[in-house]
Amino acid sequence: MYLTNAPLDVASLLKEARPSDGALSLFVGVVRNQNEGRPTTAIEYEAYGTMAEMQIGKILEELGREFPAARLLVRHRLGRLSVGDASVAIVATSPHRAEAFAVCRAAIDRIKTTVPIWKKEFHPDGSSDWVDPAARK
Amino acid sequence: MRVQVLYFAAFRDAVGKDAETRELAEGATVADVWKALVGQVPFFARFPIMPPAAVNREYVEAKTALRDGDEVAFLPPVAGG
Repeated sequence: MYLTNAPLDVASLLKEARPSDGALSLFVGVVRNQNEGRPTTAIEYEAYGTMAEMQIGKILEELGREFPAARLLVRHRLGRLSVGDASVAIVATSPHRAEAFAVCRAAIDRIKTTVPIWKKEFHPDGSSDWVDPAARK
Repeated sequence: MRVQVLYFAAFRDAVGKDAETRELAEGATVADVWKALVGQVPFFARFPIMPPAAVNREYVEAKTALRDGDEVAFLPPVAGG
């Protein structure tokens, strides 16, 4: 399971390196206090759970073929998060750093574009909006 | 035939429910379901093109034919991470 309602335990992910790995690349997405200039107090994450699990699995399979020496671990949080909370954590381990960096970045980029997860931002005045990344600019 | 249509995020807010069963003619496609929604829900009429759709948790094209018992979802812009 890649999706969880529980807080992400980033420290435990750092123990994922195998004895043959010389590199571990960690990406953590964090809830920030503004978006497009509007203050944000919290974000609520929602998923089409069964499809999101399947789509993340597919991305990891694809990346496994593209980066055969690397191994990836993904955890995405759902539910209501406060500023500073980790929303997504990705760990890539590999014998060498180049591949660990590359596969970690590819994983978050693909997750953001194809996995059915949505977020609603809450503002200090109590209003809220669904985020549409394509609507930026 | 009957399919289950799921609504998430902004689409759920617009429809006012997270799922419903819809009765369709044999041979109906994903595009046919979308057309029906556009006719019934003003929020959907604002979309110039059909949003990404999934059948049984896989992304599909609009022309995909549906079968009895399928799970259909139209997906608002995803925003994970």
